[in-house]
Amino acid sequence: MKEIVIQTEKLSKIFGDFHAVDGISFEVYKGEIFGFLGANGAGKTTAMRMLCGLSHPTSGKAMVAGFDVFKQTEKIKKNIGYMSQKFSLYDDLTILENLELFGGIYGMSRKEIREKSQSLIEKLGLENESKKLVGSLPLGWKQKLAFSVSIFHEPKIVFLDEPTGGVDPVTRRQFWDLIYDAAHRGITVFVTTHYMDEAEYCNRISMMVDGRIEALGSPSELKAQFHTDNMDEVFYQLARAAKRSDS
Amino acid sequence: MKQFFVFVRKEFYHVFRDKRTLFILFGMPVVQVLLFGFALTNEVKDSPVIVVDNAKDEASQAIIGKMYASHYFDIEKAPLSHNEILENFRDGKIKAAIIFPANFNADLSHTNKAQIQVITDASDPNTATTVLNYATSVIKSYQEELAQNTRIPYRISTEVRNIFNPQLKSEHNFVPGVMAMVLMLICVMMTAISIVREKEFGTMEILLVSPFKPILVVFAKLFPYLTLSMVNLVTILLMSVFVLGLPIKGSILLLVLLSMLFMVCCLSLGLLISNIAKSQQVAMLISLVGMLMPTMIFSGFMFPIENMPTLLQVISNIVPSKWYYTIVKFVMIKGLGFSSIWKEALILAGMTCVLFFVALKKFKIRLE
Ligand SMILES: Nc1ncnc2c1ncn2[C@@H]1O[C@H](COP(=O)(O)OP(=O)(O)OP(=O)(O)O)[C@@H](O)[C@H]1O
Ligand SMILES: [Mg+2]
Repeated sequence: MKEIVIQTEKLSKIFGDFHAVDGISFEVYKGEIFGFLGANGAGKTTAMRMLCGLSHPTSGKAMVAGFDVFKQTEKIKKNIGYMSQKFSLYDDLTILENLELFGGIYGMSRKEIREKSQSLIEKLGLENESKKLVGSLPLGWKQKLAFSVSIFHEPKIVFLDEPTGGVDPVTRRQFWDLIYDAAHRGITVFVTTHYMDEAEYCNRISMMVDGRIEALGSPSELKAQFHTDNMDEVFYQLARAAKRSDS
Repeated sequence: MKQFFVFVRKEFYHVFRDKRTLFILFGMPVVQVLLFGFALTNEVKDSPVIVVDNAKDEASQAIIGKMYASHYFDIEKAPLSHNEILENFRDGKIKAAIIFPANFNADLSHTNKAQIQVITDASDPNTATTVLNYATSVIKSYQEELAQNTRIPYRISTEVRNIFNPQLKSEHNFVPGVMAMVLMLICVMMTAISIVREKEFGTMEILLVSPFKPILVVFAKLFPYLTLSMVNLVTILLMSVFVLGLPIKGSILLLVLLSMLFMVCCLSLGLLISNIAKSQQVAMLISLVGMLMPTMIFSGFMFPIENMPTLLQVISNIVPSKWYYTIVKFVMIKGLGFSSIWKEALILAGMTCVLFFVALKKFKIRLE
């Protein structure tokens, strides 16, 4: 039996009379990389924000890390990491100061923060930059750093909202190495993306169209289901039916 | 608690690494005090004052001697008639006149009471008040000297006439005004901007998904700005005493405590603005137009409230700065105690409580 870490049932978010997320039900297992795909405006961010306790669901059920998103958001917060769609470290703090701040906020001890910062900076090869302001770093490094910060406190689940938006393919590849690394350590990864090549890196993916999940399975299962040999085609077939699209 | 201090330290980094913020924070109070203050004090310092000694006796000579000794005013003795004095005023040749009646000493030694007349040109209310305060203090010190030699108290009273502006209506007590303005600006604008900036940059989301309690975010935001405002308060008070020569007459403790109350009030306003504003520019605009302008217009600092239309007078009552300004004026300039300002203090405290709780509540709702 696989251990379930996220479970939703008819989870919905309605703004006015607009069903941004329209009754989604799915499960995510411990240690897997779960891709959350969908066109612009499909409702990915909205769904993720509900799971993180940032936004109150309109209806439905959801458990994250064993806690109810309606009643136990405080407990959920202790067990998750989150990287938002916007870059979200402090530009006017140095790398070390950012790590100190977020480590401190998650209640890590000073010693723990110092040791982990040290090994993280070595791992990312940022020894010479550790005392530079984050604002002066190139975007790719910032993204990798933001991801590292989101798992700095060793959460059970990490939510990544379009973590590789706007970075070059080489950096994206490195970024995914970091994600695999985290998954190997047992951190469940819940990631949204627009890039279909990234979808292939996921263990399982869900395809969201107009607030609903229209397909769910491993990349090979989905390709078989839609009689094609690439994810682009799967996405295209689904997205064609979408009414809601910014593009 | 450790979380809290980590966060507070971060706030200080933000402030000290941003040149614009630093300038607003520390440059502005200095610039404003100098701007509003210097021209006025210089004028007071060199104001020509005439002393008319109709008595020419022991007591009058002694008091005049004391006045000369302090070198604060440009004092000149001249045996002018009443009309000549008025003429001098009209020509703007003098700012004040101090007149001793013919039988000054005689009155004083026989009845233990005597009167000195002080006439001031109140079209320049600042000078007028200063001259008067100064003359009164010299007279008081002379009185105390006399009292040492005898057990019967002597009472020298000053009869004051403010010509041109009898009620000193547009009394330019700029220091209380500057205090209200600077504290308002710093507390409201800095708080609002610093929170909206986190929303704009997306860092607020990261804070909100962390186990760091939203209420702690609020307090961690307020704490640095409260501290910095205290630094500003001290700067302004020090400048007012040592640069402008305007002493703090009342209780400093009372002044500081009520200033802190006003700061909390402004911080709450800043929090509220941060709920509405979507961008830093909007936050800045609301702070300037919605907060600073009313402070300037309705506190009584620039325009006397008594002269406003009734509607505006009523509106002025909901501006917290008005009450703070009155408090500072009474405590600092007039030297009054709590018993004279409890009403204003109570109103300000009430406003602060309401604003603070609304701000806290709104802040929580926003997380939903
Ligand atoms: N607070 C809100 N009030 C009203 N509508 C909202 C709100 N937040 C999101 N929406 C709408 O909900 C829909 C889904 O938005 P969401 O941000 O979840 O999409 P997304 O899948 O993350 O898209 P993208 O790929 O562009 O990030 C959009 O049409 C958006 O306009
Ligand atoms: Mg999104």
